[in-house]
Amino acid sequence: MRQVLARAIGGVAIIGLIAGAAACNSGSSSDDTASEGNCGYKLAFFGALTGSAANLGVNIEQGFELAIDQYNKSKGSTCIEVAKFDSQGEASVAPGVARSLVADKKILGIVGPPFSGESEAADPIFESAGIPTITPSATRVSLSSKGWKVFHRAVANDDAQGPAAAAYIKDNLKATKVFVADDQSAYGAGLAEVVKTKLGALVVATDKTEGDGKQADFSALVQKVQSSGATALFYGGYYTNAGIIRKQLTAAGWKGTLLGGDGMKDPGLSKASGVQAAVGTVVTCPCSPPEAAGGTFVNDYKAKWNQDAGTYSDVAFDAANIFLQGIDAGNNTTTKLNDYLKTVNYKGIANTYKFTETGELDPNFIKVWAFKFDSSGDAKADVEIKTS
Amino acid sequence: MDFSGLINDFGPLTVTGLAQGAIIALFALGYTLVYGVLRLINFAHSEVFLLGTYACLFVWGLFGLDQNSATPSVGPMLLYMVIGLIAAIVVSGATALTVEFVAYRPLRRRNAPPLAFLITAIGASLFISEVVGVTTHRNQTGVPPIIQARPLFTIGDTTVTNLQVLIILLALVMMFALDRFINGSRLGRGVRAVAQNPDSAALMGVNKSRVIALVFLLGGLMAGIAAVMYDLKIGVTRYDAGFLLGIDAFTAAVLGGIGNLRGALLGGLLLGVLQNYAAGLFGSQWLHAASFVLLVVILLFRPTGLLGESLGRSRA
Repeated sequence: MRQVLARAIGGVAIIGLIAGAAACNSGSSSDDTASEGNCGYKLAFFGALTGSAANLGVNIEQGFELAIDQYNKSKGSTCIEVAKFDSQGEASVAPGVARSLVADKKILGIVGPPFSGESEAADPIFESAGIPTITPSATRVSLSSKGWKVFHRAVANDDAQGPAAAAYIKDNLKATKVFVADDQSAYGAGLAEVVKTKLGALVVATDKTEGDGKQADFSALVQKVQSSGATALFYGGYYTNAGIIRKQLTAAGWKGTLLGGDGMKDPGLSKASGVQAAVGTVVTCPCSPPEAAGGTFVNDYKAKWNQDAGTYSDVAFDAANIFLQGIDAGNNTTTKLNDYLKTVNYKGIANTYKFTETGELDPNFIKVWAFKFDSSGDAKADVEIKTS
Repeated sequence: MDFSGLINDFGPLTVTGLAQGAIIALFALGYTLVYGVLRLINFAHSEVFLLGTYACLFVWGLFGLDQNSATPSVGPMLLYMVIGLIAAIVVSGATALTVEFVAYRPLRRRNAPPLAFLITAIGASLFISEVVGVTTHRNQTGVPPIIQARPLFTIGDTTVTNLQVLIILLALVMMFALDRFINGSRLGRGVRAVAQNPDSAALMGVNKSRVIALVFLLGGLMAGIAAVMYDLKIGVTRYDAGFLLGIDAFTAAVLGGIGNLRGALLGGLLLGVLQNYAAGLFGSQWLHAASFVLLVVILLFRPTGLLGESLGRSRA
């Protein structure tokens, strides 16, 4: 009985503390607005900092943190604080982490989540808390059709890649006979379908394979590609299958070019096929090479983190700056900041940003780049693809 | 349906299918041998094969070869082939024996019901596959190009490569040797005797345990050779490679008549070719579905498989 009483009293005390703290927060922040010029708030990074997906998460976090650092330096104080939330890139972990994020009432905006899976798990929580998000890298098309008012995407979605890949095949590769295949996944088949439609009569034959891990012998596909006379093979799928297919194509003596979407943009492709076979393989990505970013970003990043900016570091830097500009203009509540994003027209270092009603990047600013595997075994920036 | 495609590519699809079928056939022998003697489906056989695919990669790695290496000239190539084959055979054979001693023999001593064997078989299979998966981070490993596929001769407009000839010949030679061994040697007679009637064979002085171990070992050796051929043909291996091809191999064994050595060869070659035809006709996504439809149809008319279900019984 005594224990129960103690717990009850403890519980009440904790609730009281939280309520008090919340009250203090709202009170103090309104004071800050007046006295310190929109300072005392936080911007959050939400994404993988540990785990197998951490590479991309760290790229994004470092770009994000660099922007806030520079902002604080220009203000002469720690005006905006950095808050980091490690989702491990896992859809199963993300909701719990997201709940602890929304408990922090000083957070006005979130850069992230980087992946589509964790976005589907965590964004509903951010939506109900009303905290605006800008994802620099989650490209699943359906994310913008969920009716989330806080969702904003600073890159093109997967739909942009199909037309870009088709344009590259036509204009850069100048291939006249193209073979299109896919792995029957939602991503791969969707991509291949768009490429097929856009290329029209250039497509001489098509095929479908099993998904990753379900097929190892692609000799029938290889044979079809060879006898079709195609000089380019577009494969809608991931690097796992693509690596084996590239290897078996090369072993059979096919000298054409293999192309694919960002699902194939991984060194794992050349690890399976061997670097020599992979050289020349082209992948599209709705991202710009970070080394092409404008301003002093590339040097600043290197100076702060002692490593080169990675994929999406530049977009994360811009996303953080969009928030910072909004806060600087006096949008010091989550609602105001979210409304501000609807009107933003921001020219950053990687791109110019304007969001549509559903939070997508304005179609006029969509950028897709072609990356080409070279003798390092990884895909390096080739050209920006003009789709219009 | 793409009939013109199938007709145009008929020759090449047949040849690549035969090469794939030869690998499946060698793999299938392990299932058939063990079933013939013990009436047990050794599900862990797929991992016997799997470790073979990694064993030759490992020894080739000791020579500094990886997926980015250049193709060696003829002399070193023969050396690498022999060493790779030995490594794969040793590891696969040892794995098969280990599985028998650890997973099956203790159960047999206790007269465990057949279901218990099935569970330990699946358990052993999953265990080995997962250990490989965790240690390789579930990544694919590329195979060094030990043999560069080169056109050897042409029939009509069908080019046959040196690698395809090697795979098919090696499979045929091994099958012939195994067939002679089982049907012609003293040890082989012991195997057939135990397959026919274990108790009578034991009364006649056949050492049953030794025969069973021999059968696992033989299956392992064949799987080792299949593993090297697989590495060279597919060019990539990973932790679930055994499971994937194991389904085909098991199907081939049943198709030909499980427990029947020649049936395994026939079933393997038939399956390899028919999968390719199905891929040509309906698209590669129907590859596996078509082979199982075929299996069901054949079993409807010949429930014991094409050549019947016996290890030695018909020719004892």
